[in-house]
Amino acid sequence: MDWIASLHGLVGGVLIGLSAVWLMGALGRIAGISGIIGGLITQRPKGDSAWRVAFLAGLISGPLLVMAVGGGLGNVAGVPSAVIGEPAGGVPLMLLAGLLVGIGTGLGSGCTSGHGVCGLARLAPRSMAATGTFLVAAIATVYVVRHVIGGGV
Amino acid sequence: MSTPAVKTAAGYLAGLLFGLGLAISGMTDPARVLGFLDIAGAWDPTLMFVLGAAVGTTFVGYRLVFARGTPLFSAKFQLPTKQELDAKLLGGAALFGVGWGLSGYCPGPAIASIGGLTLPLLALLAAMVLGWFIAQRIAR
Repeated sequence: MDWIASLHGLVGGVLIGLSAVWLMGALGRIAGISGIIGGLITQRPKGDSAWRVAFLAGLISGPLLVMAVGGGLGNVAGVPSAVIGEPAGGVPLMLLAGLLVGIGTGLGSGCTSGHGVCGLARLAPRSMAATGTFLVAAIATVYVVRHVIGGGV
Repeated sequence: MSTPAVKTAAGYLAGLLFGLGLAISGMTDPARVLGFLDIAGAWDPTLMFVLGAAVGTTFVGYRLVFARGTPLFSAKFQLPTKQELDAKLLGGAALFGVGWGLSGYCPGPAIASIGGLTLPLLALLAAMVLGWFIAQRIAR
């Protein structure tokens, strides 16, 4: 096992947790990306948009800051100097995937952060069910793509 | 104390911590995510450490925060109140899972990766936003 990669995962995970705790402690909100950003874009909530725009700016500037600092702080598989990895497919596949991610997180009221991090930490039954469901669906999808269609690539 | 500027700054700090966490953990690399989801291949446990550390930190931190009674810069905690496990929740989660498995992108890492924008990522982001609008229509 790659212990350095795992350590990066632990440190990054703690930072994500601190973000969720801070957002709840400061503004009383769940740190769910699809809820914060999706809500901002589709609803433009009056008087409730500025912090969402700021969160979006922070989310994008985090990796940029890591790139600027340098020193191998990123954790891209096989490329220690990189911070942001390459997409795993071309435009048609990403269009399909993006549509499913958007519709799915919209209907399911959350994604990996809202259900997977905040919801599990609250021991919320809906989030446990959602997290189990999207994990199983994603694992099954990768299995089909890589081992049934792709022949183990 | 809880002026709009303070709330905005608090929101920025939360986003920044989140973006730093995604970048340092390697979740801005779809290969890491897909490697975790590929349990029949060369399994990459990184995402398990990320999720475990994030949930553990949040579990402890939320308890401390809720014990205070109110947020620092807002009137109250806004928590989901729904309880039912309905078709919308589970069907939505399943659709999301398929999209996540096809691309290795969930919304956070996809948006956080804008600094390294590629055409396929732009396509995913545009389609995701379209999907959010479609979901809003369906849910109405």
